[in-house]
Formats: sequence, C-alpha cells, structure tokens
Amino acid sequence: MKKVLAFILVAILGYFMITGLMTAQEFSTYGNVNLDEKISRNFIDKDVNGKSDEIIYGQTSNPETGSANYVTSIIANYRIFDTLGEVTVLFVSALGVSLLFGKNTKKYNFYESNFILKTASKMIFGLILVVGIYIFVHGHLTPGGGFPGGAMIASSILLMYLADNEFKANINKFKQAESLSGSLILVIGLLGIVTSGYFFYNFLPTGTVGETFSAGIIPIIYTLIGLKVGSELSGVIYNFMLEGGEQ
Amino acid sequence: MIQYFSIILMLIGIFGLLIDRNILKLIVSLNVFEIGLNLFIVSIGFVNNGIAPILTANNSSSNLNFVDPLPQALVLTSIVIGLGITSLGLAFARKIYKEYNTFDLNEMGGNN
Repeated sequence: MKKVLAFILVAILGYFMITGLMTAQEFSTYGNVNLDEKISRNFIDKDVNGKSDEIIYGQTSNPETGSANYVTSIIANYRIFDTLGEVTVLFVSALGVSLLFGKNTKKYNFYESNFILKTASKMIFGLILVVGIYIFVHGHLTPGGGFPGGAMIASSILLMYLADNEFKANINKFKQAESLSGSLILVIGLLGIVTSGYFFYNFLPTGTVGETFSAGIIPIIYTLIGLKVGSELSGVIYNFMLEGGEQ
Repeated sequence: MIQYFSIILMLIGIFGLLIDRNILKLIVSLNVFEIGLNLFIVSIGFVNNGIAPILTANNSSSNLNFVDPLPQALVLTSIVIGLGITSLGLAFARKIYKEYNTFDLNEMGGNN
C-alpha cells in the first residue's frame, strides 16, 4: 500500500517535471544554449566590469581574473561567497562527525597486513600526496582545484590507515593546519577590504593568462582550500576509524 | 535526452527515500537523488559541439564555443556539500546502530 502511494506520488512529480521541462519557453532545449544571453558570457570574456576584449592564452595580461580555467575563476573569484559558505558547510559536518565520535579512543584494527602491502602502500602514499598537491596548486590552469586535491590527500591518508594497522596520523597537526588555512582565507578576504574596499577583491596583479604565477589571489585561496579540505577529510576518516573507549 | 534520464534518477532517489526504512538505504537514496540533480544541472549548461571551459595552448581564444561554466561551478559546490551530508549521516547511522543494534527504523520502537 505504502509502495503504491509512493509510486503514485513520484509519478505525479515526474509528470510535472518532464512536461514542465518540455513546455518551458524560457528554458533552452538540451544543447541549444545561447551563451550570449547568459551571464556566463561575461565570465568567459572576463568583463563583468565592462571591458570586453578577446582573451588570448599566453598573451592577454592583467584581465579581471587571470585564471585560464573558467570554472576556477567563477569558484574562487566571481562567486567566492558560495565557496566560503561551502567551506563552512564542510567544516560544520566535519565538526559534527568529530563531536559524535570524539569520545572514542581505540583505533579499529583490520586484518594483519603483510610486508609487501605495507611497503607498496608507503611508496604509493607519497605519489598520491604529490598529485593531490599538484592538482590544487595548478587549479587555475588545469581541471581540478582545491576540493579534488584535498580529497586526494585525504584518500592517501585513508590508504595508509587501511594498509597498516600501526599507522598513526598526527591528528593535532591536521587540526592546526585546518584552522590556520581557514583563518588565512578570511584574512585574504579582509585584505581585499583594506586595499580596495570589497570583501575578497582580487587585489594582486593578475598576470598573463596561462602562466603559473597568475590570477592574483586565486592560486593562494585554492591552495588554502586544498589544505583545509584535505586536513578536514583526514580528520573525518580518522574519526570513523575509532571505536570503543566510550560509555 | 540526458535531462530526462537525470530526472528519472532523481525520481528513483525520491522513491527510495519514501519507501525505505533502513538508514543506510536512505543515505544511498539521498546520494542517488543528488547525483541525478547534479547531472541535470550540468546538462543545462551543455552547448552542442562545445569544448571544456578551459583556455589552453590549443584552445587559446575566449571566442571559441565553450560550454557554460557556471552550472559546473555550482555543481562542484553541491558535490562537496553532498559529501559533508553523507559523512554526517553515516556518523549518525553508526551512533544509532550502537544504541539500538539495528539499522531499521521500524525495529527501533520509541515513544510514538
């Protein structure tokens, strides 16, 4: 009975969504989006302040944001309030996990791993860590950025936890790195107020599009976000590894 | 076409949320719902024959036919928030299992 009711409800909802999608006038059909009618055209031309020149990779110098990756320029520059809220949401959920498991002290032991697994995981650990750092340092040039890079760092920590029972990450250092990078993100935002009057204003010179040292504050913010997300997720993994020791 | 598939994926997620009483299955349903929603938002920004919105040495001009970068940026936000929700939900599920020795909401009882 309950399943039938749920099915009817879902069918009605799906009917309205699909017919609404088919008949909406303002909504472009799949693939026929005209970017000139959308705000994204300003993001691609980097001209929300009204100077519309063609942006050329390796030649244009000092555009609004020097980021070659448009998604990064939106996340870490144009719509950075969204990102700030997102980082806050992730922080609150990590805080909730550590509140729930905070009293646990004993670490969960998996099966005893052999010598080959331990050695190989130590070799791969460094490689994953380096790739993660590369991804968030080059977030303004290539796909990726702070969040995927941080997730890769946390996955390398997870690999070590799974492969080696004796492995212990220094969780206090992670907490310090997390709070330090979180505060530094806000300090950079406040520096924008001091130098030009807007919170998170891109006050550094943006350089030539496509160079490593370009895009002003974007690589700095993305590096800090990568460190913050990596240490937060490592803390979440550490908390899930704990068991017992509580009443 | 992919928009309709993503709507169907969302509906499967809602259906799972409505009928299941197991906490882990509820979290999985929430994730299915979220994946459908993310696919839908990304598909809004697709442009025919568009290329990824990144300037490289080969695609070096801003006048090229890029896909819309704004939905992709919003979906990245949504993915990270989904990760946070999933981790917190799993933490609650583990706590509940420790308290009641079951994942099923019907078997927990309580004062209803």
